[in-house]
Amino acid sequence: MSDAKIYSQLEAISSHEKPFLDSNEMVLNMGPQHPSTHGVLRVVLKLDGEKVMGLECVIGYLHRGVEKIAENRTYVQFNPYVDRMDYVAAVSNGLAYCETVEKLLNVVAPERAQYIRVILTELNRLASHQVWLGTHALDIGAITPLFYTFRDREEVLKIFEKYCGARLTTHAFRIGGCQYETYEGFEKEVMKLCDFVMPKIDEYEELLTTNRIWLERTKGVGVISAEQCIALGATGPVIRGSGVRWDLRKAQPYSGYEKFEFDVPIGTAGDTYDRYLVRVEEMRQSVRIIRQAVAGLPEGPIMAKVPKVLKPPVGEVYHSIEAPKGELGFFIVSDGSTQPYRVRVRPPSFVNLQALDSMCRGQLVADVVAVIGTLDIVLGEVDR
Amino acid sequence: MVARLKGLYGSGIREALTYQGQNYISVDSSLVHDVLTMLRDDEDFDYCVDVTAVHYPKKEEQFEVIWILYSFKNNVRMRVKSSIKDGAEIPTSVDLWQTANWLEREVFDMFGIRFTGHPDMRRILLPEGWNGYPLRKEYGILQQDKEWVQINLGIESGQ
Repeated sequence: MSDAKIYSQLEAISSHEKPFLDSNEMVLNMGPQHPSTHGVLRVVLKLDGEKVMGLECVIGYLHRGVEKIAENRTYVQFNPYVDRMDYVAAVSNGLAYCETVEKLLNVVAPERAQYIRVILTELNRLASHQVWLGTHALDIGAITPLFYTFRDREEVLKIFEKYCGARLTTHAFRIGGCQYETYEGFEKEVMKLCDFVMPKIDEYEELLTTNRIWLERTKGVGVISAEQCIALGATGPVIRGSGVRWDLRKAQPYSGYEKFEFDVPIGTAGDTYDRYLVRVEEMRQSVRIIRQAVAGLPEGPIMAKVPKVLKPPVGEVYHSIEAPKGELGFFIVSDGSTQPYRVRVRPPSFVNLQALDSMCRGQLVADVVAVIGTLDIVLGEVDR
Repeated sequence: MVARLKGLYGSGIREALTYQGQNYISVDSSLVHDVLTMLRDDEDFDYCVDVTAVHYPKKEEQFEVIWILYSFKNNVRMRVKSSIKDGAEIPTSVDLWQTANWLEREVFDMFGIRFTGHPDMRRILLPEGWNGYPLRKEYGILQQDKEWVQINLGIESGQ
């Protein structure tokens, strides 16, 4: 696109609220190729000096039409596609999709499959939060946590690789249960990982929690109140950071989460620092759940009785899970054929990103980067 | 709650059903804003989870717009559905839940359904100026706006 066209577009966006800019106001384009936007997010900032007066997100660069693809695939064929949405937490996507189709089919996965699902999903939450922490700290200027977190995430990915052969887009679950039985020594390795990662989480905290630069950059930045969170539909660590103790694993348990003991950490101020504390504590709680699940892993089948050709009865179902980013839901309409009539994904990143404008108003330009990081968005999921 | 809604709106509430333990009501499109307001204010559905649509080209009222609501207080979820004809508009819910802003924009982007009173009814995922609404059933999976691709990307085809 020519420069002239970009500028006329910027002007059109900035004149959206007010026809003319004041003399000291300017419009600044950030992205889509910008290292701190975590992918291809373009933000058009309206500035007064260095203060952000408002901003507009331009998204859709990664739009692949996942929902349209779903209508042209069978239920089973579409399963691997969901991994490509939130690609740092592929296992959670698979869980949400499989559970929704199971609900349509009126099938429940066997207990052993549920435990395996919980173990892998929580491992993935750990890995997802590690990616978030590393990149978020890097955006703010702390380079060391990135090396720490990616080093430790490698151990989680090794378990995924051993379990199903893939590291990122795992396609670990099937409709009705799991495809693979656990490998020899799975329990031991997962327990070893838990023992390995707990002191590492303390290490991350040592680097950041009382670090003066970190405090300066995160305390009071990107504040959002609980009421605003609810109005904007922000879920996951964002709403918990603002002091609402709401977690779908507790509120509407699925996949046997009611059997495990864990706490839901919350913040008080709703700023970037509180969301950081919430996510770090969530990592510890995930380890706690994994330990219980491995210790109680029952024997038995890992697949429910599911027909070879899936034809769910006519009807529609919405089901959502607590993904690392927030409420991830699938709304599936079945017309009784082998292909879904409509699949709607309720993406947590997309809805949370909408809060960026109200969180950044009145902040400095440098804080926008911190707020994008603290929202923990994945553009693959925003654009689908 | 359903009895109360029926008492208030009579035949405007077309059906109220439960499927797989999930409740939904079908509402006439002229009443949908009143019903949503009442659900938010009196029944504590303070969180709008999702706004989406489904296209049924064979029906007379082709589009079904669906609101998925959740109540923090009562920990329940429900769906409100409303059908409209092609080209008809449906009232917005941005005045009730801010989150509906982007969600309704996505419905417009994908289905071409306009929401009356929406503050910013533009495309969100597809580029401005794109021709066609991809999630309509008549839109083919390989179909694209060739003209837009040629002018803006300078290539023959995006396929």
